[in-house]
Amino acid sequence: MLQVKETVSNTLCFHCGDSLPEQPLQLDQHEFCCLGCLGVYKLLSSHNLADYYVYNDVPGQTQRSEKFHFDYLNEPEIAGKLVDYTDQNITIITLYIPVIHCSSCIWLLESLGKINSDILSSRVDFLKKQVSITFKNTLSLKDVVELLANIGYEPSISLQDVVKGQRTEKADRKLIGKIAVAGFCFGNTMLLSFPEYFGLSGVEAEFRNFFGYLNLAFSIPVVFYSGRDYFSSAWHNLRNGILNLDFPLALGILVMFMRSIAEILTQTGAGFVDTLCGLVFFLLIGKWMQQHTYHHLSFERDYRSYFPVAVTVLENDREKPVSLEQLNKGDRILIRSNEIIPADSILLKGSAQVDFSFVTGESLPVEKVLGEIVYAGGRQLGGAIELEVLKPVSQSYLTKLWNNETFSIEKDTIGTFSGKASKYFSIVLLLIAAVSAAYWLFFDSSKALPAFSAVLIIACPCALALSSPFTLAAVLSIFDKNKFYLKNTSVVEELARIDAVVFDKTGTISNPEAAGFAFEGAISVEQCQLVNDLARNSGHPLSRELVKWLNLPAKFAVDQYREMVGRGLMGSVNGHGVKIGSRSFLGLPAGNTDGGSQVHVVIDDMYLGNFQFRQKWRPSLAAVVSKLQKSASLYLLSGDQEHDRQSLSIFFSDAGQMHFKQSPQEKLDFIKKLQHTGKKTLMFGDGLNDAGALKQSDLGIAVTDDINNFSPGCEAILDGASFGKIPAFIRQAKDAVKVIHMSFAISLVYNIVGLSFAVQGLLSPLVAAVLMPASTVTIILFTSVAARLYARKNQLL
Amino acid sequence: MIFLLIGISILLALIFLVAFFWASKSGQHDDTYTPSIRILFDDEIKNTDEN
Repeated sequence: MLQVKETVSNTLCFHCGDSLPEQPLQLDQHEFCCLGCLGVYKLLSSHNLADYYVYNDVPGQTQRSEKFHFDYLNEPEIAGKLVDYTDQNITIITLYIPVIHCSSCIWLLESLGKINSDILSSRVDFLKKQVSITFKNTLSLKDVVELLANIGYEPSISLQDVVKGQRTEKADRKLIGKIAVAGFCFGNTMLLSFPEYFGLSGVEAEFRNFFGYLNLAFSIPVVFYSGRDYFSSAWHNLRNGILNLDFPLALGILVMFMRSIAEILTQTGAGFVDTLCGLVFFLLIGKWMQQHTYHHLSFERDYRSYFPVAVTVLENDREKPVSLEQLNKGDRILIRSNEIIPADSILLKGSAQVDFSFVTGESLPVEKVLGEIVYAGGRQLGGAIELEVLKPVSQSYLTKLWNNETFSIEKDTIGTFSGKASKYFSIVLLLIAAVSAAYWLFFDSSKALPAFSAVLIIACPCALALSSPFTLAAVLSIFDKNKFYLKNTSVVEELARIDAVVFDKTGTISNPEAAGFAFEGAISVEQCQLVNDLARNSGHPLSRELVKWLNLPAKFAVDQYREMVGRGLMGSVNGHGVKIGSRSFLGLPAGNTDGGSQVHVVIDDMYLGNFQFRQKWRPSLAAVVSKLQKSASLYLLSGDQEHDRQSLSIFFSDAGQMHFKQSPQEKLDFIKKLQHTGKKTLMFGDGLNDAGALKQSDLGIAVTDDINNFSPGCEAILDGASFGKIPAFIRQAKDAVKVIHMSFAISLVYNIVGLSFAVQGLLSPLVAAVLMPASTVTIILFTSVAARLYARKNQLL
Repeated sequence: MIFLLIGISILLALIFLVAFFWASKSGQHDDTYTPSIRILFDDEIKNTDEN
């Protein structure tokens, strides 16, 4: 074990695990790739925190991108919105730290007090990647955040943090409380009911009333606390003229409760208290299954979770942090390296290389020249730039999308199968109850009321109510194993109904990681090496991509290096004069330049050809398209120019299927138009510019290659690696609906058996006590087994 | 006698129910993963004597 560790530390940075440069930095016999990593190590070891490196090998994050700017945290207005609690002495804040990934992270973050004794306590929630810090007010919020950044744990502070909501958690806790009460009462009433079912001997008979009253006492919290939601929901829906499954459930609970009171108080029977408690208990468990949540994923994100809280405004040459809402037209802002441009603005100073990957999915940064408009949402990669704001944040090209009414309406989720079926079920149930009551009124009026109530009790659709949640929860966990994460269970049924699929292009059907170059002309490996060594010196995005793609080690040093920003590079490498760049830089005649970016190469005054930057489609695209075509119409929406039309026509044969140069708003409108023709649309997108279309579509799925990264608001998140499984996911969703139908049939059989007792007025508490759990267990077993069998058939397990 | 025994057993069960509510309210069920790692950390800083 020790041996292994030794070899690892010899080739990789001790802190972050990146490969070491030729002359690594050394301290305490450990080697580091950069000053940043070394600095973190120094800080930790000087505070006796070197244990950080014991729990895991190379636990740190690379520290190469330096410099943090947290001045805005000193603005009381901004800080006040971020903290959870503050008084004269202490402040508590919860921060989201995306890089938390191992036990060392937890250990270090919970030992913050050893670095600065003014930090009183810190606690990590690993799954949510949050740390909650309590500190004395002798420290400022900025100090705390800077400390975190210095040890490599820079928190992500965004506008959405300001409006942090924890309501769902509270609702979840309430439901668990209700389940606990129902379970507690269920267990106790079952124990108290057994003697009655097994027959009481003469001596024990005197306890019958005592047991009965106890049972009744247990049923009260179950009906009025645990089961309350069913009554309010049934009442609410009834007033709106909707008959949903909650109506027969509430009716069943109510009738069971009434009849139990009557039987126990008049000492004519034992009542149905244990069945009642069991029913509510199982129903609530079904509800809980439906509320499954992913802690590490957020489906509600919009631009606010991605934009910073504040931006630096230059006022009379003085820097001042200003929160985004207060940013006005005409303000001059300073954007440093790796900061987001928060509003549409004009470039005034500096060279802008803007990465729009979060907006469009395009992996290659875009270069902007002075005086050009830069749209909001891009990340500056080069040095600091200065811009003049053209529009306030909420009115920018990208962000004004969120002012669209689509974002203010909740999606309509009624229309699930169980919703429709329960309407007929309720009507039939009431009919049977009324008919049997009428029949007995005619023949033996003493049996009319028992028969009527027995029908309502036995037909209480517990198994019916559980078949959907258990099937869908099983499907959810199957999808989860295949890296397809759904927001909630109703998405499965939505997925089964899809008949139109819309794809975004960049980042969705193209693979941002696998972008590559093709060389037109002839070039040898030695010449590639020369190009590689020259391009290494440039920060231009194309040079960086080229170096990454060539994947060669640095070999020769470059003399007489010159770079014309945005045009090309030249230098002398190993005695050869090498020039790479645009046609005009190399003095070549203007030629055909369509098909994206080109890098031309001249070595020793000989033109060799050019590297063409190409996006690669996801390898499974062809298979996905050909399979989906059979059941749905396919469309492609892209914000880009048309230069990919040719290569995409293999997949989308009809010209009307592809739409280029679409603005975010046009994408949204396109989906709307499709929906007006009656199509159930599924949208695949990845960037902020798809957010409108994702929201408008019946089902929006965000495709991402790193699920911890940003993804726009959607109903489901798909890991790019599982892109090829999309047809299987849709088939599984359709099969899930089939399973629900089948389990409905099974639970109806149970209902019919029970009803045959009930209409004859023969229903005893024992029959109910056996039938109810038996049907419930059957349904739970059937749905989870069937869903998994189908998953195997669809090759998802 | 039996009334007393049943009374005690229900009281005991109630205590557990209340304990569960208290635990839930104080947030013990909010994060069920991190404590499983936290318990593996050593209390004292141990100097790595490996070299």
